[in-house]
Amino acid sequence: MPLDQNVIGKQLPPVTLTIDAGRLRFFAKAISETNPVFTDLQTAHAAGHRDLPVPPTFLFGIELERPDPFEWLAGVGVDLRRVLHGEQSFTYHSRAVAGDVLTATPRIANVYSKKGGALEFIEKTSMVTQKNGELVAELKSVIVVRNPEQPQ
Amino acid sequence: MTAVRAVDVGTELPPLKIVPISRTTLALFAGASGDHNPMHIDIDVARSAGLDDVFAQGMLSMAYLGRLLTNWVDPQAIRHYRVRFAAITPLHGEPTATGRITTVDDVDGERRATLELAVTLADGTVTLTGDAVVAL
Repeated sequence: MPLDQNVIGKQLPPVTLTIDAGRLRFFAKAISETNPVFTDLQTAHAAGHRDLPVPPTFLFGIELERPDPFEWLAGVGVDLRRVLHGEQSFTYHSRAVAGDVLTATPRIANVYSKKGGALEFIEKTSMVTQKNGELVAELKSVIVVRNPEQPQ
Repeated sequence: MTAVRAVDVGTELPPLKIVPISRTTLALFAGASGDHNPMHIDIDVARSAGLDDVFAQGMLSMAYLGRLLTNWVDPQAIRHYRVRFAAITPLHGEPTATGRITTVDDVDGERRATLELAVTLADGTVTLTGDAVVAL
């Protein structure tokens, strides 16, 4: 079933996350990070950071911090099992560190299909901001939906 | 990072070689990143979608490439970072993250380098390509 073009521009619920130092250390462990600036507060301070710096891709997960982060896909008729991540970009505007309270505000920016509907694309953009409204980063994801039953 | 950086066009960053990706890696990354998509951690769900097994999160490889960047510059020096996911990373895949400086120029009053980036598996499969702009 082709994606409904009316979802273009749809705002998804904003999510706020307090960036916890323990969570950042867990992230560092998960990616086998060896640079102590991400795990050791003294090293971070010595490098000029207010606290442990947020690693460049961590911001992607903020909007996933809600009970059912993939509900919006089901809501536009997409089976999560058919989804692949096609592209991801980050444009950074200001620094973020442990202790910051960050809000991600996502929206569906575009949907389109290729190969006669066998592949559909959802572009989602998100703004990540500090509590005072300062823009931290803009994110863009391209999500690919595979519809193998569609003739190519 | 206080090391003196060579910033000539064509300079290659020291490659970052990652140990083979295990199920534990995928489980830890799911929890730490907040992406609990079961296609990466639950073989039953992967099989229900017709796959033989789970496969790695794309954002895990993007995080490895991020490590390559932050081994070289301060995390706050990254202005822009993007990737295209070209192939899935299977379980036990051995990614290597690489980067090369393609341009150095002055933008908004600061010197910036643009890098082309890739993640390649031991069998030669390129799983990610991308680029980043960093302040020097």
